[in-house]
Amino acid sequence: MNGQQEILKVAMPKGRIYKQASKLFREAGLPIPVDFDDTRKLIIEVPEARMEFIMAKPVDVPTYVEYGVADIGIVGKDVLMEENKDVYELLDLGIAKCRMSVIGLPDWKPVINPRVATKYPNVASQYFRELGQQVEVIKLNGSIELAPLIGLADRIVDMVETGQTLKENGLVEMESIFGITSRLIANRVSYRMKNDQIQKLCDRLQATLAARV
Amino acid sequence: MSKPKVFEKPIGVKDYLPHAVAKMRKVERQALDCMSRWGYEQIVTPTMEFYDTVGVASSTSDQKLFKLLNNRGTTLVLRSDMTAPIARVVSSLLKETPFPLRLSYHANVFRAIEEEAGRDAEFYQTGVELVGDPSAEADAEVVALAIASLKAAGVERFKIAIGHVGFLNGLFEEALPGQPEAQESLKAFLLGRDYVGYREQLRSLSLTEPVQRELEGILRLRGGQEICDQAMQLSEDATAKSAIRHLCEIWDVLKAYGVCDHVLIDLTMIGDFSYYTGMTFEGYAADLGFPVVSGGRYDNLLTQFGRPAPATGFAIKTTRILELLDGEEEEQPERVLIGYDAKGRSEALAEAQRLRAQGAIVVTERIEAGDADGLKACREGFADVVTFIGGSKGEQAK
Repeated sequence: MNGQQEILKVAMPKGRIYKQASKLFREAGLPIPVDFDDTRKLIIEVPEARMEFIMAKPVDVPTYVEYGVADIGIVGKDVLMEENKDVYELLDLGIAKCRMSVIGLPDWKPVINPRVATKYPNVASQYFRELGQQVEVIKLNGSIELAPLIGLADRIVDMVETGQTLKENGLVEMESIFGITSRLIANRVSYRMKNDQIQKLCDRLQATLAARV
Repeated sequence: MSKPKVFEKPIGVKDYLPHAVAKMRKVERQALDCMSRWGYEQIVTPTMEFYDTVGVASSTSDQKLFKLLNNRGTTLVLRSDMTAPIARVVSSLLKETPFPLRLSYHANVFRAIEEEAGRDAEFYQTGVELVGDPSAEADAEVVALAIASLKAAGVERFKIAIGHVGFLNGLFEEALPGQPEAQESLKAFLLGRDYVGYREQLRSLSLTEPVQRELEGILRLRGGQEICDQAMQLSEDATAKSAIRHLCEIWDVLKAYGVCDHVLIDLTMIGDFSYYTGMTFEGYAADLGFPVVSGGRYDNLLTQFGRPAPATGFAIKTTRILELLDGEEEEQPERVLIGYDAKGRSEALAEAQRLRAQGAIVVTERIEAGDADGLKACREGFADVVTFIGGSKGEQAK
């Protein structure tokens, strides 16, 4: 619209995904700092790339993008499935690979009142509903593996990356629900109003991803 | 749920205070004025309709309708849009009125909500329906009018994306003949804006390399008129081709209107397939996370009311425009406060009437002689304060 390109606001997930995502961005030629972990800054401007990075808690990324306070964002498929926000899912970034699984003790047998503990209550209840199983879903906020060990639930639904934590706690992966990678998402309006910028970024990332394989 | 506190109200509904109402009235007046200059006449329909008629016909999904029972036990709905009620009126009260019919409206509509961002349970829509004209000219007219209305309402930076349901219908039928499930699932991914899922689904369909590349390529079909040319190369299917030709024609008409700067063609822009039958469009304003206008052609709706006819229209989400204009100061007419006592009453009230006739806003307040503080307390926000006390007129500078 105007000569000067507008600032593209990018919601970045703090923590696990950030390192891999920022590495990908740098490979695509975007000057994003190596590490924000040392800084407490929440908004990082990169004026030379006409970009601004918003450091967010991963589960909040789709919310920022849906409301349009961030134009695009990077977030795991697990969060997208759980939050069910109205955003464009543009690109599979192929990073932070893991899977959503049903987990239990090795000697698990069907029980009369099945209970499933999870950080992802929507994902879990939808999965069991589709199987026609009635289960009581219990929302926990962390250390989900505890639940079957101390008898709060007979199974859990959680993200599995290497399976190491499960092994150490004597748990087994019973079924895999879906695979997870990080995705590039975009706001409905930004995707149209800043289409050139977003499409260019998409193309660069896609080319970088293709070169990686 | 515990009993609500006295000041609480149901989730998703809003009070509008005077300054917001002033803005909203201005926005709707400007939009409606614009529509009336294009020959669209305003219509008012009831807030409640029968579930079995308007409720079933509307494009709103069943679980998002507000349903209630009347005293006979019949299910009613709070209208979820104005398109279905207008279709009902066009097919009944206006049955003898010849097509084309141009109608406009401004109304509150109701949607039962889940916890989604920016979804109000009650909000205001300003829009038009053009009934009885199947042409590209008619589609272009409503798009051009949407642009003019947004401008009139004070929205400065916006884009309208136009698509056509026929293109994807035709393209998918050509690429996946006789596989309605596969077609549906691809459309569902596009409708859900899940391009990653769309690509994965394509890969799982064991298509030939060129077909797969072509179907992936449609995700980039976004831009100006050149998109129509590109799309034309993509498909030999008659439905798809006629959809593109229709879009090209709309583009030509919009060019004649001189509004192409605001328009982009986006063949992945799809509305509800079961409702829209042709061109669909959506409008986006800068600095607002949600679309401000949506519309399209719905040639099947009027059949449900017994007067089959092609129709096209749009609705502006007026309440969202308010967010954009937030902070802009309105020009108010001059406000005058007149204080008077028993002796000055006749003179004061006569003066008030005289000033009101001139267009000023005048508030009168009875005060007692010598009670200067009483007047001071209520003079906030008035440009002028005039007193008629003890039979003599006095002006007080603020």
